[in-house]
Amino acid sequence: MTPFTKLTGIVAPVDRVNVDTDQIIPKQFLKAITREGFGRFLFYDWRYLDGEKPNPDFVLNQPRYHGASILLARTNFGCGSSREHAPWAVLDYGFRAIIAPSYADIFYNNCFKNGILPITLPEEQVDELFRRTRGNDGYELTVDLESQTITEATPVPDGGLKIPFKVDSFRRECLLNGWDDIGLTLRFEDQIAGFEKTHQPNATRYGSLETLSGK
Amino acid sequence: MPSQTMYEKIWSAHVVREETGQPTLIYIDRHLVHEVTSAQAFAGLRANGRKVRRPDLTFAVMDHSVPTTDRSLPILDQAAKAQFAALERNCKENNILLFDMHDRNQGIVHIVGPELGITNPGQTIVCGDSHTSTHGAFGALAFGIGTSEVEHVLATQCLSQFKSKSMLVRVNGQRPQGVTAKDIILAIIGKIGTAGGTGFVIEYAGEGIRKLSMEGRMTVCNMSIEGGARAGMVAPDDTTFAYLEGRPYVSRGKEFQAAVDRWKTFASGPGATYDHTVELNAAEIAPQVTWGTNPGMVTDVTGSVPAPFSFSDSASRESAARALEYMGLKPGTRIADIPIDRVFIGSCTNARIEDLRLAARVLDGKKIASSIKGALAVPGSRRVKAQAEAEGLDKVFRAAGFEWRDAGCSMCLAMNPDVLPSGERCASTSNRNFEGRQGKGGRTHLVSPMMAAAAAVEGHFVDIRKWDLGHVE
Repeated sequence: MTPFTKLTGIVAPVDRVNVDTDQIIPKQFLKAITREGFGRFLFYDWRYLDGEKPNPDFVLNQPRYHGASILLARTNFGCGSSREHAPWAVLDYGFRAIIAPSYADIFYNNCFKNGILPITLPEEQVDELFRRTRGNDGYELTVDLESQTITEATPVPDGGLKIPFKVDSFRRECLLNGWDDIGLTLRFEDQIAGFEKTHQPNATRYGSLETLSGK
Repeated sequence: MPSQTMYEKIWSAHVVREETGQPTLIYIDRHLVHEVTSAQAFAGLRANGRKVRRPDLTFAVMDHSVPTTDRSLPILDQAAKAQFAALERNCKENNILLFDMHDRNQGIVHIVGPELGITNPGQTIVCGDSHTSTHGAFGALAFGIGTSEVEHVLATQCLSQFKSKSMLVRVNGQRPQGVTAKDIILAIIGKIGTAGGTGFVIEYAGEGIRKLSMEGRMTVCNMSIEGGARAGMVAPDDTTFAYLEGRPYVSRGKEFQAAVDRWKTFASGPGATYDHTVELNAAEIAPQVTWGTNPGMVTDVTGSVPAPFSFSDSASRESAARALEYMGLKPGTRIADIPIDRVFIGSCTNARIEDLRLAARVLDGKKIASSIKGALAVPGSRRVKAQAEAEGLDKVFRAAGFEWRDAGCSMCLAMNPDVLPSGERCASTSNRNFEGRQGKGGRTHLVSPMMAAAAAVEGHFVDIRKWDLGHVE
């Protein structure tokens, strides 16, 4: 996993509550067997008109947000399915950080596994960031995970915004170091094997799998 | 020591390693795998030279993209075909039991696990699918995970998890005739909202839940995630044990009795406390119909489409307005006046034998309305299909004008060819009414199987309580 330490980038606002994973990446794109290339399909049904023509009304298609790496979102972002294709699409599009008042649990968790930093801020602060993002062309923020602060990279009128945020310390360390989760767990192989000695969840089959229907 | 909740008991029984300030390493008893969320996990293992630690605790099934039409025909969708091939190869290489699309036990992963007895009380169960919460109906801790976590479980049989908060949802009283488990869970989601359960594990309790069959409890737990909760659970009781006895992966004789005694210990203690409690009265629940684009946008069948201005906060007003635009609905329209184009009876929420029996009871001797462009009945598994056919239910569906299909996820998420056309309106027994869920531009109304069947007959929603169906359990 690519470590996340500090990021300065353009902020793109997606102003909808309860954005679900079917919107982030529709089902027809879940059939790939690799993790790459999903960025093209991010927000597909909103982003494109028929024939994959960019929909000029969708915010990410506005030239001022091209190259954005920070996604500004609303409450309960990423609700719905567990598909990790959603954070893969977010990442592959170019976003490395998300700022929102809240996230769905599975999506939130999946972000950390992919080097994406999902920042939770109070609603009023998110509102303020929406205002500033819209009000200033090319609005950029710097997200510093080490110090857990967001600062304005773009000089704006009454600028100098500095917002502290908090991420669980373990998750923060994993992101800062780009640690491989599985590698971390495999260090405890002895404890897992020890646990298995007393805890035996055997999945023995006692009965037939034959049923009425023919194969 | 205060009495523990079921969640705490199961959690404690699976702690492999605990350290302050870090997630807890918990052991996973059952890992269910399907074609859509596993290929990248197996590829990751391969790239790192890692092996599947416990293939004996891992079960795989093809469900999301399988065709529900004749399976002896070639698969035309090349991407889906490649995904099936990958799952086949991964299971073969790693010695994992796979129920492929030709297997007589194939079906939707959350229907297959319970019906084969793979799901037991007291277990930790995961799957790369958010509706894994279904298995909580047995008094198991079951939740959906992403593909990185699938890889983690394959490699270590463990997961690093932070403990969730606990919510008790108590459903008092008895539900009226015509009101089903689906209506109960939709009413719960309507009350707590689509994010109301975020960060929580829900325990469903009370007479209204106790009186439900195992299949009804599965329907309730299945949609926990639509209320934001990763897991939902019901304490195991005699209904649970009677359901499990004799299933292929359930022990027999004395061993079974010993298992039952152990399973009973997982129920929450009498003084257990929860971080949050919600109460509902089942007697006051009416058949539910969603009108919007998330499952919390739901109302009684006797109600009307709400006006966006009736919501208290601006975010809800905006999303209601957007939902109505997408759904092509006007505020004030009576739910019963909404015309339907298609009907889908299926999904991990409502495609078990009791669901099909209830729908068939409504359809018996009737025909779908001439305005209905298509009606699908898709059994949740091939076992369910075989059982339904043995009872003659397939004939009832066919005679009414439904297509009787083979088992799979089908039009719940339309990864296979069963797609809701743009602009068409579907009465669906599935779990998500998100924009485009059943097909781009498709409009989904979530309902119970009886309500879907009745809508098929009338061509619009009707209050099933007014139909004389005899006694319906």
